[in-house]
Amino acid sequence: MDLNNYITMFIEESKEHLQTINDELLKLEIEPENITYINEIFRSAHTIKGMAGSMGFDDLATLTHQMENVLDLLRQSKLTITPEIMDIIFQCVDIIEKMVDDIEAGGTGKADVKDIVAKLTHAQNPDQSPPSVLAALNEVAVAIDMPIEDYHWSVINEAKKMGTNFYQVTVVLDENCVMKFVRAFMVLQLVEELGEMISIQPSIQEIEEDKIDNHFTLLMLSNFEAKDIEDKLLNVSEVKEIIISDKTKDNQAEKSETVKVEAEVPVKPSPETSDATATQKRSRTKSIRVDIDKLDGLMNLFSELIIDRGRLEQIARKTSATDLTETVEHMTRISTDLQGIILNMRMVPVEQVFNRFPRMVRDLAKDLNKKIQLIIEGAETELDRTVIDEIGDPLVHLLRNALDHGLESTEDRLASGKPEEGKLLLRAYHSGNHVFIEVADDGKGINREKVLNKAIEREVVSKDEAETLTDQEVYALLFSSGFSTADKISDISGRGVGLDVVKTKIESLGGVISIDSSPGKGSTFLIQLPMTLSIMYCMLIKLEEETYAIPFSSIVEITKLSQDQVVLIQNQKVMQLRGQIIPLVYLKEVLNVPTKESNIEQHQFIVIVRKGDKMVGIVVDSILGQQEIVLKSLGGFLNNLFAISGATILGNGEVALIIDSNQLIS
Amino acid sequence: MENKKIVAFKLGEEEFGLDIDHVHSIERISQITRVPNAPAYIKGVMNLRGQITPIIDLQNILSKNQVAKTGRARILIANYNEMNLGFMVDQTSDVMDVGQDEIVSPSSNGLNFDYLNGIAQIGSRIIMLLNLDELMKFANN
Repeated sequence: MDLNNYITMFIEESKEHLQTINDELLKLEIEPENITYINEIFRSAHTIKGMAGSMGFDDLATLTHQMENVLDLLRQSKLTITPEIMDIIFQCVDIIEKMVDDIEAGGTGKADVKDIVAKLTHAQNPDQSPPSVLAALNEVAVAIDMPIEDYHWSVINEAKKMGTNFYQVTVVLDENCVMKFVRAFMVLQLVEELGEMISIQPSIQEIEEDKIDNHFTLLMLSNFEAKDIEDKLLNVSEVKEIIISDKTKDNQAEKSETVKVEAEVPVKPSPETSDATATQKRSRTKSIRVDIDKLDGLMNLFSELIIDRGRLEQIARKTSATDLTETVEHMTRISTDLQGIILNMRMVPVEQVFNRFPRMVRDLAKDLNKKIQLIIEGAETELDRTVIDEIGDPLVHLLRNALDHGLESTEDRLASGKPEEGKLLLRAYHSGNHVFIEVADDGKGINREKVLNKAIEREVVSKDEAETLTDQEVYALLFSSGFSTADKISDISGRGVGLDVVKTKIESLGGVISIDSSPGKGSTFLIQLPMTLSIMYCMLIKLEEETYAIPFSSIVEITKLSQDQVVLIQNQKVMQLRGQIIPLVYLKEVLNVPTKESNIEQHQFIVIVRKGDKMVGIVVDSILGQQEIVLKSLGGFLNNLFAISGATILGNGEVALIIDSNQLIS
Repeated sequence: MENKKIVAFKLGEEEFGLDIDHVHSIERISQITRVPNAPAYIKGVMNLRGQITPIIDLQNILSKNQVAKTGRARILIANYNEMNLGFMVDQTSDVMDVGQDEIVSPSSNGLNFDYLNGIAQIGSRIIMLLNLDELMKFANN
């Protein structure tokens, strides 16, 4: 069998198990006496070992095997948990992660594991050899006779008359075998070729659901000799042992007696295997893995459909045929539901990103010699897959920043009467059409003076300006490029490239980031993200003959303005809206729209857009109405166009460009 | 030497050819949306079966005189750097085989342009064979 087919599965499952190990190790560090954590870790390590073994990654198997041994001793309390042992195990996990990454990148997964294996062996008490639980289990399981149902006997007796042999065959699979049901099916296929199968235990259904230990027993009729069958079945890979007993001589009466005896002595699997199957059951919710490309394909096709739907709606409105209108309305409802499902399918819990943080925070806290408690809330909050993939790095930046600059050293905390342990809160939640992610610390907060001094020094603001800035505006300075307020530059953050990169990234995702802080109490970074990037509501506007789309998310309101309401202040045209002065942007000029006549109309439409607390009014010719549009990229050839963020296809098949109002503001 | 298959097309009075391996399809001109602030040789973008495709004005690059577009004008969709680009041409003539012996190096005629792979002389027709990579480099300068 070609192992390559299984390598993706191997990588994904290994990663899941590594995540479990990491999570449980962190819990174990807090409660070293809690044996259930060790059991969890042991199970995951055991699975990785098994998979690595059957995939032929020997170094990985060796390492996990040694790790498993240590864990087994811990589990049996033959070894006590010390910080040294914890560190060794953490190191192990790191190395395993590296190996899995290497395999994912197409490497061999080979690594020098001698050192760490030596450490592990040293950690074990040499007198205690790890017990081979599974091997013992095999021997117990094998010797059992299978019950034979009455109605089978007629077939069996008939066959015996014809001189056919009747066998009970027990197949023992290798304990490292990952996909037992696949092996089982290969065996069953052979059995069908060799003769006729009467019954099997566990049932076929149970085998399909992979609810088998590493052995199963079947009754078969065959013209072949027992030896031949054994040889043939042993050819199936990962089949460890075949036990065949010839039952041709048995008859019905004896058998049914045995059945009774058997019934009273149920097979007892060792507690460990039943645990293992229990965890397997838990993780097997009814789901399938789907290639993200397929989902993207589905999404693309669906967006085509939305475009056609828009076209149909237009036609229906024009022709005003009731039948057509009704059908189109129905189609609109259905496609809205369909859209919900498709978008939902692409949603992934932020857990996927948050998962790696506890470990990172632990390591950083150790490096910085700070005591920190990371609290994660709302890890189940869902976000579009494309956003999830991008959000990881900015969050790492923010967490590192909070750890390094936000939280004070232990001495400082005690001196200012705070609890010794710093708190770091990572929280995600939904609100409206947005997802919010909050990174909050209870550290010293942002020092207004320090930020201002730095800003003046770097000539980001002038001294006079500095006086008038609000706190919010001062904090926003942290996001300007080349800004780092840390006195010392450390490894962890503060190379001066941190926060502006974070901001750019968040904005490229269509999000917003803001800071709130109070001196001595801590700071909060709040990220607002759109739930999806591919479909959005836009206002369609017209400039002469050209149609453009402005995303709803940035629009505050739309208003009409007569020419005499426009005022000139310092060569900048502005308007007044409820006492607020709003600069005007003439989109036609920005986009160099060819104008036919130069007469300016009496009334103009103004689309007021917002970015942070800044607003501008975009002057347009006319408003066409709102529409749900599908964002399409302009392709690699046309990128970095000023004020254009992408394109979409309208109902009539025309291309309309999407305005990036953020660029019009700054 | 093997024959080359090219797609021949006209820009004004002159004839050009593009290696058929590069050509994806030939489309009629439909609605083209102008892209503001894009380089001058970019005519705009077009909806090509749901894909947004940039349309390039070859005449602008080759600084030919602008000729009013007729009903025979077409868009040649070509593959460049794994992207589809549309080239506006005045008329597509045909797909033809060009023998290696019919191609002369442009330098021998004193017409030394980087974006030409060669000049084919077939009967009375003179076809300039375009090199897409060099052409796009030339356009960006």
